[in-house]
Amino acid sequence: MKVLVTVKRVIDYNVKVRVKSDNTDVDLKNVKMAVNPFCEIAVEQAVRLKEAGKATEVIVVSMGPQNAQEQLRTALAMGADRAILVQSDEVLESLTVAKVLAKIVEEEQPGLVIMGKQSIDTDNNQTGQMLAALTGMSQGTFISGLEISDTEAQVVREIDGGLQTLAVKLPAVLTVDLRLNEPRYASLPNIMKAKKKPLDTKSPADYGVEVKANTRLLKVEPPAERQAGIKVANVAELVEKLKNEAKVI
Amino acid sequence: MAILLIAEHDNTALKSATLSTVTAATQIGGDVDLLIVGSGCTAVADSAAKVAGIRKVLVADNAAYDHEIAENVADLIKGLASDYSHILSPATTNGKNFMPRVAALLDVGQISEIMSVESADTFKRPIYAGNAIATVQSLDSVKVITVRATSFDPAATEGGSASIETLSQVSDTGLSRLVSEELAQSDRPELTTAKVIVAGGRGMGDKAHFEMLDTLADKLGAAVGATRAAVDAGFVPNDYQIGQTGKVVAPELYIGVGLSGAIQHLAGMKDSKVIVAINKDEDAPIFQVADYGLVADLFEAVPELEKAL
Repeated sequence: MKVLVTVKRVIDYNVKVRVKSDNTDVDLKNVKMAVNPFCEIAVEQAVRLKEAGKATEVIVVSMGPQNAQEQLRTALAMGADRAILVQSDEVLESLTVAKVLAKIVEEEQPGLVIMGKQSIDTDNNQTGQMLAALTGMSQGTFISGLEISDTEAQVVREIDGGLQTLAVKLPAVLTVDLRLNEPRYASLPNIMKAKKKPLDTKSPADYGVEVKANTRLLKVEPPAERQAGIKVANVAELVEKLKNEAKVI
Repeated sequence: MAILLIAEHDNTALKSATLSTVTAATQIGGDVDLLIVGSGCTAVADSAAKVAGIRKVLVADNAAYDHEIAENVADLIKGLASDYSHILSPATTNGKNFMPRVAALLDVGQISEIMSVESADTFKRPIYAGNAIATVQSLDSVKVITVRATSFDPAATEGGSASIETLSQVSDTGLSRLVSEELAQSDRPELTTAKVIVAGGRGMGDKAHFEMLDTLADKLGAAVGATRAAVDAGFVPNDYQIGQTGKVVAPELYIGVGLSGAIQHLAGMKDSKVIVAINKDEDAPIFQVADYGLVADLFEAVPELEKAL
């Protein structure tokens, strides 16, 4: 069984974003970029399936600018076998990405597609579910546990108020949550080896997909700042303030 | 213009996230129809019909919709979509699961987790974990939207007189089935709707010490939450997590104990009305957003606070 896994190039998790002064977007100039953390977990899971003998090949896909090659190389260094970059400098919305991925699924016929549940830039949480809809596949979202049999995947989903276990028919699209696994660091020899692994560059047009805008971004603002309040000296003062000033207890 | 709103419910009553979504729908304008989908969910219809601002309650009660299996629910909604300009759902894990599937079936995008309605096609939503707020205009003919419930006041549960219609069509794709579900049992209020929240971080030390927050919460009638660090350390289950990747809360009173206030956590609680921080590190970032900060050893301050209440 082939496993298809996706990675997105996003701002590094530890970098604080700043909004541009003209409020058109956030400022990504000279900012450290990385693999979206949820995608890293997806890659790790795919590689573990291969190591366990359940997957025969791990194909990693990214859509975005030419520099997204860096994130694909990271995934290859973690253990993916080959990479496809669908290169575009346009704004790529979830539905367009899902349409391209649907074409790649048609070509590659993977038994499983593993994706991050959301990217930490746009926070949309959509693309996996959209891909499942477009391909008619079953979906297991926000998973923190996975068991594979011949015909189905048993997934543990993180839902409001607890956990849910679903059996989804294969082929399926899975989107991963934080607690599924802890991604490995690529070793230096593996980083060197990854440079020689195949990386195909394509365009959305190669897959017959038009890059379409479903939305228009009108403005980006920083959130309302909260002012720091006061320090209280002890518990008695805290209780007094909460009772008489804030009137919340 | 008409809006289809997919209700979040527990087979007996609507969840308050649904009521907040009704308010968002009312702000968009037009007739609002409420879809109650599930298995054994018919009982919800009568109380739903009384919610202010609803035209019609649609009930799809069938085993195929048990636990709102996304593949089946999305198919059902797709079949209803042609009568509507907007399709809304609260941004619960159910809504987040089936709504993007609906959007793709309709060949439109989805606007996720809106926090305000600017006009019928323009909305504000948080991006970069709430570190920036985007104003987004939808260009699609049908607008598929999930709503951040804590950003909207709940609609009144009385005063409406909607008609109730039972849907007979059934979509059963047979793609997924439920194996089991484990929901945390608690007499405390739910995190996302609680008026008061007591939350702990890694500073609680271990699972046994974290439990001292339970006693404080019970005294305040509060829900208990946690940071990702506390969840990862195994002090509490994952559904306690408040923050970017957990729950977004906005209670009247939020008491953060032994937590530093990482950006990811702040993203989930900074809209709380009154924030109290108890931490022995006076440089902890949580103090920059707290209305009342107490620099103290939590193991002394928490029992003292509990006694003083």
